[in-house]
Amino acid sequence: MAGKTLYEKLWDSHVVAAPEGEPTLLYIDLHLVHEVTSPQAFDGLRLNDRRVRRPDRTLATADHNVPTDPLSTPISDPVSKRQLEALDENCKEFGITVFPRGHENQGIVHVIGPELGVTQPGMTIVCGDSHTSTHGALGSLAFGIGTSEVEHVLATQTLPQQKSKTMSVSIEGSPPANVSAKDIVLAIVGRLGTGGGAGYVIEYRGEAIRSLSMEGRMTVCNMSIEAGARAGLVAVDETTIDYLRGRPGVPQGDEFDVAAERWRTYVSDDDAHFDQEITLDAAELVPFVTWGTNPAQVVALDGVVPSPDDVHDSDEKSTVQRALEYMDLAPGTPLRSIPVDVVFIGSCTNSRIEDLRAAASVVRGSQVHHGVRALVVPGSRRVKTQAEAEGLDQVFLDAGFEWREPGCSMCLGMNSDILTPGQRCASTSNRNFEGRQGRGGRTHLVSPVVAAATAIMGRFASPSEVSA
Amino acid sequence: MKPVHVLEGRGVPLERSDVDTDQIIPSDWLKRVERTGFGRGLFSEWRDDTNFVLNQAQFAGATILLAGPRFGTGSSREHAVWALMDYGFDAIIAPSFGDIFRNNSSKQGLVTVQLSVKDVEDLNELVKDDPARLLVIDVERLSVEVPDAGWHRAFVLDPMIRERLLGGWDDIGISLRREDAITRYETMSVTPNLVGVFDDAGHARSR
Repeated sequence: MAGKTLYEKLWDSHVVAAPEGEPTLLYIDLHLVHEVTSPQAFDGLRLNDRRVRRPDRTLATADHNVPTDPLSTPISDPVSKRQLEALDENCKEFGITVFPRGHENQGIVHVIGPELGVTQPGMTIVCGDSHTSTHGALGSLAFGIGTSEVEHVLATQTLPQQKSKTMSVSIEGSPPANVSAKDIVLAIVGRLGTGGGAGYVIEYRGEAIRSLSMEGRMTVCNMSIEAGARAGLVAVDETTIDYLRGRPGVPQGDEFDVAAERWRTYVSDDDAHFDQEITLDAAELVPFVTWGTNPAQVVALDGVVPSPDDVHDSDEKSTVQRALEYMDLAPGTPLRSIPVDVVFIGSCTNSRIEDLRAAASVVRGSQVHHGVRALVVPGSRRVKTQAEAEGLDQVFLDAGFEWREPGCSMCLGMNSDILTPGQRCASTSNRNFEGRQGRGGRTHLVSPVVAAATAIMGRFASPSEVSA
Repeated sequence: MKPVHVLEGRGVPLERSDVDTDQIIPSDWLKRVERTGFGRGLFSEWRDDTNFVLNQAQFAGATILLAGPRFGTGSSREHAVWALMDYGFDAIIAPSFGDIFRNNSSKQGLVTVQLSVKDVEDLNELVKDDPARLLVIDVERLSVEVPDAGWHRAFVLDPMIRERLLGGWDDIGISLRREDAITRYETMSVTPNLVGVFDDAGHARSR
């Protein structure tokens, strides 16, 4: 009998009931909650006189809508304020630990889970947010859910689920030095397309993934959903164990070693079978930039804006045409010649300490290009505090960047950090959809170092151009 | 959720692919804590354009949206489903859907019908030819029909979603029937919970 994939191990160990002809009822070990997708779920509980089954497996934080202005500034938008208050009130009423604005543990839900060590290998984790796939980097089955499902998990700590198909995406060999985790995942999404991963859970494998830091693995798993896959996974190894040691949520002392032994089993067996296997050669990867309005529309930083004539399918042709019009780009334009108005370094994709260190190393001693607005939004208060202890805030401020309070910020434009119509932004976030960062805004997804270099040069650029 | 058996209504051809949930309902609308009133935000970035298909008089009151491939990809926001339903849509017909969006739809009784690209194009032409034409979606028989054009197609729907739509079931109630199994699982599980990790103020305890 063939061995099991990591996904199958995670699935099998969480089956509560598998009734004939019905979806499997899967146990959820950790439910992460934020202000945007939860208020209507808590209302549902109240309407039906239901309680939260496991407040001790539920953790909440304010992130999507929270302002990134200094904490002394009151929240000016009454609708936002109401939603943030609703989260606090709901958590208080139902006995859930919550990290509101200003709390030492507050931050983007997908940044704080791993950094607090509450995300652990072997767990099932859900959150009312599609980028929950991030947590799969630690060998946990983690996926995004809608508000009805949030209510379901609050009430039952389970979810009825259909088993996904498995896909192995293997990045063989070592990537060139200027290629980051973001470039790896942009290459994968570009290859699979926005729907290529639909119905699958992707396990990222191969030397290039193994040699990534935990932060880099989180960046890769984070964007699984951009290829249509609900979850991404990386098998547990010593990088995972070393990352978790000493974090608040993990067992301490000898108990940690016991847990680590269990965690090490969360790998795919050598003879496991995947429904689909894809291999990319790391040596062929380069820094990437998205040019269009979906995350699969990627092109090399060294490349040019594509033409509708490059594609043959008529539906695809019109998609390219529409994207070019929205982005106000002409086919054949070199990416490096395109000026930007805004640079955003942040989001659950790229706002961890390693991302900020990488970006700071590029901007150190340089100045943001005249007329460019550049923001750094740390992923969490812990990241912000760490960065400040390392003096990174001063590096960014000296270069002319804004250094803001933690939150989702300009990734999705729910607070006042938005683009104005027509503005072009180099962003380390995950979605370049029309209007995502503000109505009429034009988003190009890039890595932290390309974002940093672009801020300095005022156009898409690589770090080597800054130091030149 | 109300049971859904047969839907009869007029169609409106969106003729766009990769319509993500940010297009369906922009994030500015996500600050609200209510479940209703999202219809005004539906496709709001496009609604200012008088040529946008939802603004065309002949399609006013249509209840079935005809969309391109990969409808509803991206963000998990169930607000997208609430917006479509609040606006008046009962069903979406498209060649493919975002996973989470399709799931969310099934919880609210918004019917997602998957047909081939060619079939959706045929339907687009039929409703453009005569916007008053009625489309019939039968969830029981899993069929889409345009009776006055003699057009008929079968579609496939997850059996559980079909059952749920027909029965108008409350998922939570169904799962809670298995409370004994849930409790049994919890007794056996060795996965840590958050007890002792944070104090009442959410500060990490030193352990």
